[in-house]
Amino acid sequence: MALSQQEILAGLAEIVNEVAGIPASDVQMDKSFTDDLDVDSLSMVEVVVAAEEKFGVRIPDDDVKNLKTVGDAVTYIEKAGVTA
Amino acid sequence: MDAATEPVQSRQGRQVVVTGLGATTPIGGDVASTWQGLLAGRSGVGVLTEEWAADLPVRIAARIEVEPLEVLERVEARTLDRSQQFAIIAAREAWAQAGRPEVDKERLGVVFASGIGGVTTLLNSYDTLREKGARRVSPHTVPMLMPNGPAAAVGLDLQARAGVHTPVSACASGAEAIAVGLEMIRGGRADVVVCGGTEAAIHPLPLAAFAAMRAMSTRNDEPLRASRPYDKARDGFIMGEGAGAVVLEAAEYAQARGATILGEIAGVGISSDGYHIAAPDPEGRGVVRALQAALSNAGLAPSDITHINAHATSTPAGDVAEAKAIREVFGAAADGVVVTAPKSTFGHLLGAAGVVEAIATLLSINEHIVPPTLNLDDKDDDVDLDVVTVDPRPLRPGPALSNAFGFGGHNVVLVIKPA
Repeated sequence: MALSQQEILAGLAEIVNEVAGIPASDVQMDKSFTDDLDVDSLSMVEVVVAAEEKFGVRIPDDDVKNLKTVGDAVTYIEKAGVTA
Repeated sequence: MDAATEPVQSRQGRQVVVTGLGATTPIGGDVASTWQGLLAGRSGVGVLTEEWAADLPVRIAARIEVEPLEVLERVEARTLDRSQQFAIIAAREAWAQAGRPEVDKERLGVVFASGIGGVTTLLNSYDTLREKGARRVSPHTVPMLMPNGPAAAVGLDLQARAGVHTPVSACASGAEAIAVGLEMIRGGRADVVVCGGTEAAIHPLPLAAFAAMRAMSTRNDEPLRASRPYDKARDGFIMGEGAGAVVLEAAEYAQARGATILGEIAGVGISSDGYHIAAPDPEGRGVVRALQAALSNAGLAPSDITHINAHATSTPAGDVAEAKAIREVFGAAADGVVVTAPKSTFGHLLGAAGVVEAIATLLSINEHIVPPTLNLDDKDDDVDLDVVTVDPRPLRPGPALSNAFGFGGHNVVLVIKPA
């Protein structure tokens, strides 16, 4: 069964909390990784690699630059056809 | 001394004072506890209980007393190498003591040294690469392992914009950081400079590598007695870890802002041996030149000096070479100089040693007391110096020297005056 947006969001929130120390509850769809969540360009690489492992997807570097907000990432991972 | 042999370094530029001290060491998580540990003669050396230590020829070291994660937030610490964590802790303590001066950031510099840099990050990342592949190597690896990483991290923490530097001269690195900071202020490039040294190299590879040089003590069964500078039974140094930091300021700047002045960096002497990549010149000729240059740079004579904080690491060759050099430069005046070797207490802090020991030197001349050298039961016949043993010794007022030498033939002597 495919993961819901809420499940993907919860998983990303755990990752952002680990990497940047932001409370998971603050990691919302409209938040910008750089401007709101203290995820700089280096930490974004960590978030991507951790998300790839958690959700079993591949996120090429060319696509990473389009992932500005948490919502962008959730949508991307959902479309990549994640299954639990 | 005739004109031809007179050291070319001469005192010039602005007077430079010390307004803040910071440290995290094997005997204390700050300057006050480290100083109390030194006075009490409390050793920071212990047995390494990690599994990896079991097969090493050296299984003792001086671990930091307060782990950085007890002080720093997890998220801040996770992108800093252990050497950077120590540096940040020491620099923040020094900056706080200086009263967090509201200096123009373009007049604020940082000079933070390390002997080896982020070696544990380098080696652990290599393990990750081999075991899990390139994609799992952290994007923070390079900023954590680069030798200028601690300087850059402290510079970022303080938003310093007058220049951030990293002298690398093995175990003279920390003292050289103070020397570079001194020159930055004397020359007018900065008004305030945070100088420091840090080292976090207690890992099997550095231990095995220093042991391969036969530079380390293998007195594994007696860790508290292993670091014994000047003693006949000494057999090498004990690796320590930690950091020290000092805030230097142009005297007129510190006075104008009403800062509490703790002392003065009155001069520095630097030389290189040109003798061997690691072994000290047995006659200590490079050390002689550094001592002479330091005195000349500060405008002092040997008879002015009351105390020397010796580099003395507890190696058979190095301790005697330094002792001979001091006697040669000081002559009969050496009888009036109280010498101590704090590596007997907290081990050899490598790139941090020169700063932590400069701090101890400053506290000695301000409080008129010199901590003891531990384990000096039977002094080497070639060490003709007045070394403090067992209990702290009262000290007459006056300036002091702090010595730091490094593999590669680096010699740095700092001249420190009391407040």
